[in-house]
Amino acid sequence: MNALRAKGIHKRYATHHALRGLDMEVPQGSLFGLLGPNGAGKTTLIRIINRILEADEGSLELFGSPLGPDAAQRIGYLPEERGLYKSMKVGEQAMYLARLRGLSSADAKQRLHSWFERWELQSWWDKKVSDLSKGMAQKVQFITTVLHEPELLIFDEPFSGFDPINAQLIRDEMLRLHREGRTIVFSTHRMESVEELCSHIALVHQGRNVLHGTLQDLKDQHRSGQFILRYRSEQPLELHLPEGVSASEHRIETDGIIHLGLRAGVQDASRVLSALASQVQPYQFEEVVPSIEDLFIKTVTQA
Amino acid sequence: MKPFLLVAQREITTRIRKRSFLVMTLLGPILFGALIIAPALLSSSSEPEDLNLLVVDHSYILPGTPKAEGANLAYLNPAEVSEEQGLKLVRDQEEVDGLLYIPESINGDAEFSIQNAKLYTKETAPLGLASELEGLLERFAYEGKLRHFGVDPAIVTQAKSSASVKSLELSDQGSQASGTEVKTAIGFLGGILVYMFTFLYAAQIMRGVIEEKTSRIVEVLVTSVKPAQLMLGKILGIATVGLLQFGIWIVLTLAVASAAGAAGLLATDPSQMEAMSAAGMPQSGMMQSALEVLDTINVPGLIGMFLFYFLSGYLLYGALFAAVGAAVDSETDTQQFMLPLTLPLVLTFVMATSMMENPNGTLAVVLSMIPLSAPIAMMIRIPFGVPWYELLASMSFMVLGFLGTVWLAGRIYRVGILSYGKKTTYADLWKWIRMKH
Repeated sequence: MNALRAKGIHKRYATHHALRGLDMEVPQGSLFGLLGPNGAGKTTLIRIINRILEADEGSLELFGSPLGPDAAQRIGYLPEERGLYKSMKVGEQAMYLARLRGLSSADAKQRLHSWFERWELQSWWDKKVSDLSKGMAQKVQFITTVLHEPELLIFDEPFSGFDPINAQLIRDEMLRLHREGRTIVFSTHRMESVEELCSHIALVHQGRNVLHGTLQDLKDQHRSGQFILRYRSEQPLELHLPEGVSASEHRIETDGIIHLGLRAGVQDASRVLSALASQVQPYQFEEVVPSIEDLFIKTVTQA
Repeated sequence: MKPFLLVAQREITTRIRKRSFLVMTLLGPILFGALIIAPALLSSSSEPEDLNLLVVDHSYILPGTPKAEGANLAYLNPAEVSEEQGLKLVRDQEEVDGLLYIPESINGDAEFSIQNAKLYTKETAPLGLASELEGLLERFAYEGKLRHFGVDPAIVTQAKSSASVKSLELSDQGSQASGTEVKTAIGFLGGILVYMFTFLYAAQIMRGVIEEKTSRIVEVLVTSVKPAQLMLGKILGIATVGLLQFGIWIVLTLAVASAAGAAGLLATDPSQMEAMSAAGMPQSGMMQSALEVLDTINVPGLIGMFLFYFLSGYLLYGALFAAVGAAVDSETDTQQFMLPLTLPLVLTFVMATSMMENPNGTLAVVLSMIPLSAPIAMMIRIPFGVPWYELLASMSFMVLGFLGTVWLAGRIYRVGILSYGKKTTYADLWKWIRMKH
C-alpha cells in the first residue's frame, strides 16, 4: 500500500504555476527523499499534503483513503520555516502543540516527559523558549512533530540549522522511526544524506515529478557502461581491448598502480574483466555508478 | 478539546499571567481616574497670576476700579501721561506687565473710546483678558449712558430678574428631567471607552498575529487548526481577557469608591452635598442633578448596550487588525494598512461634539448605522434615547458588519500568514480575497 499517492496535482498562484500535474507515490514504510532545486514546488506540495493549501486540481490519498480532516493526527510535520512562541515556557508550548494534534493532556504530558528525559531537556521544562539555544529549540520542535506517533512523517529540510552532533541525533532518530515501520518523507539539499538514508526518492522539477523510484533502481537505470580497472604496473601497458570497448583514460594513478577508464556496454562487466584479467595484474575493478547528485544535476540541466 | 478552544485558552492563560496584565488591571482604574480628574485639578491649581497693568484712560470711563478678572489695574494721570509715555513706563518697570490705553472720547461719546482701546502686554495676554476688559469698559460706558439719560444704574440693577427654565422630556412615563449635560457626559464616556478598548485589544490581536507569523510557528499551527479558526480563537481569547480585565476594573472601582464613601471622602447623600455646597464647592449641585438624571436612565440597559457595541465593534475591528497583522512581516510595516482602519474611528470621535449637540440629527443617525462608526456613535446617542427600530437596525448592521469583516479578514489572513519576505500591497490583498485557497 502507498502511504501517500498524489495524482495530477496542480497549484497555481497569482503569478506562477507552482505544481503542474505532479504525480507521486510514497510506499508505506519507505524513507522517502523529496529532492529538487529551489522553487521546484516541494514546499507547496508539502503544504498541500498537510492541508495548509488546497490543490487546484488532482487527488491525494493518505493510506488509501482521500485526504481528510484527520490528516493532522496522522501526519507529523516539521516545516522548514519553524519556530516557537518565544515568551512561552518550553513545557507548556510542547503541551499546547501536542494537544492541538489531538493528544489528551495526560498522554501529552507523559510522552513529553519521556522524550525530554531521553534528550536531556528535563531541566528546561519551565524555562522560556527564548532561553533555549537554536539547537535545543529545534530538538523541542522535532519532539512535538513525532510525539503523537503519526503514521506519516514529513520533514522539510530537517537538518538545516542543526549542528553536526544534533544533525546526527536527528538522523539516528529518523532511522529508528524507519525501522519501526513509520513512513518518512523528507526534503533536503544534502545529497550525502540522501545516499545514506533514503530507500526511495522523487525529484521534483518545475512542478513535476521528473525522476522517481528506489535509490538502487534509479542508479541501475542510469548505468552508463563505464568501468575502471586498476592494475599493477610501472607504466601503462599496451593492451588488447575486446570488441566494442574503448579506453577513455589510461594513466599512472600512484606509484605502481595504473588507472584505466573504459567505455563499454552496460552488460559488459564480466566480458571486459575476463578479457583484461589475463593481460594485467588486476588491482581493482569497478563499475562507475552515478551518484544521486550526478542524477540530480543531469536531470535538472537536461529538463 | 476543539483546536479552536485550545487556541483561545492559550491566549487567555498566557496573557493573564503576564506582568503587564497585572499592572494594567491594577493601575487601569487609577490611570483612567487620573485622566478625568487631572485636567480639572490642573486647571484649578495652575490659576494664572493676575497681570499688573497700568491704565491710561483719556476718556475717563473707568472710575478707578482697582481690579478686573485676571488683572490689577493702576491708574496714571491721563492729563500728564500720553500713550507713548505710558508704554515707556511699562518698559522701565519690571513688575509691570502691560498697559491698557483708552483714547480720548470725541464729543463726549464714549463709543469711540471703548472701541479703540488697546491692551499692550510684554508677554502674550492670557486668553480672555481682552474680553474681560471689554466687558468692564462696556459696563461703565453703559452706566455712563444711563446716567446721561437721567437713570440711576442702581434702579436698573434692581429691575433685573433671573429666570430658570428646567428642561423636561415628555414621555409615556410622564415628564422627566432631561439632564442634557449628564447625558452628554455619559455618552461621551461610553464612546471614549469603546474607542479605547477597541484600539487597545484590536492592536493586541494584530501583535499576536505578527508574533505567530515572524516566529514561523503559524506553519505548524495551521496544520492542526484551520486559519479561520486560529484567527477566531485568538480574537475570542483576547476578548475574554478584555472582558475579564474590564470586570476587575469595575469591581475595583466600586470597591475604591465605596471605601472612599465610607471614609467620607465622597459625598453620596444629599445632606453631605449640602454641607459641601455650604463649604463653597460649586459642583455638588450639579452632582445632585446628575444623580437625579441617572435615576431616569435605564442603567442595566445602558451597560447591556455598551457590552454589545463594545464586543461587536471589537470583533469587527479585531478581525480587520488580524488581517493587517497577517499581511505584514513586522509591526513597522503596518502603517500603510492602519490608516483606513483608524480613520473611521478617529473621524467618528471628532464628530462626537456635533452628534452630542444633535443626537437625533442626520449625521448622528447615519453614523450610528454604519458598522465602522456605530459603536462610538451609538454610545453617544443612547443616553438621549434612541427609537427601538433604529437600535434594532443598527444592531443588525453591526452583526452583519462583523460577519462580513470576519469573512473578509479570514480570506486575507489565510494567505497572509504564509507569505513571507515580500512587502504586501493593496493589490495583493485584493488578489488574496478573491483567491481560491
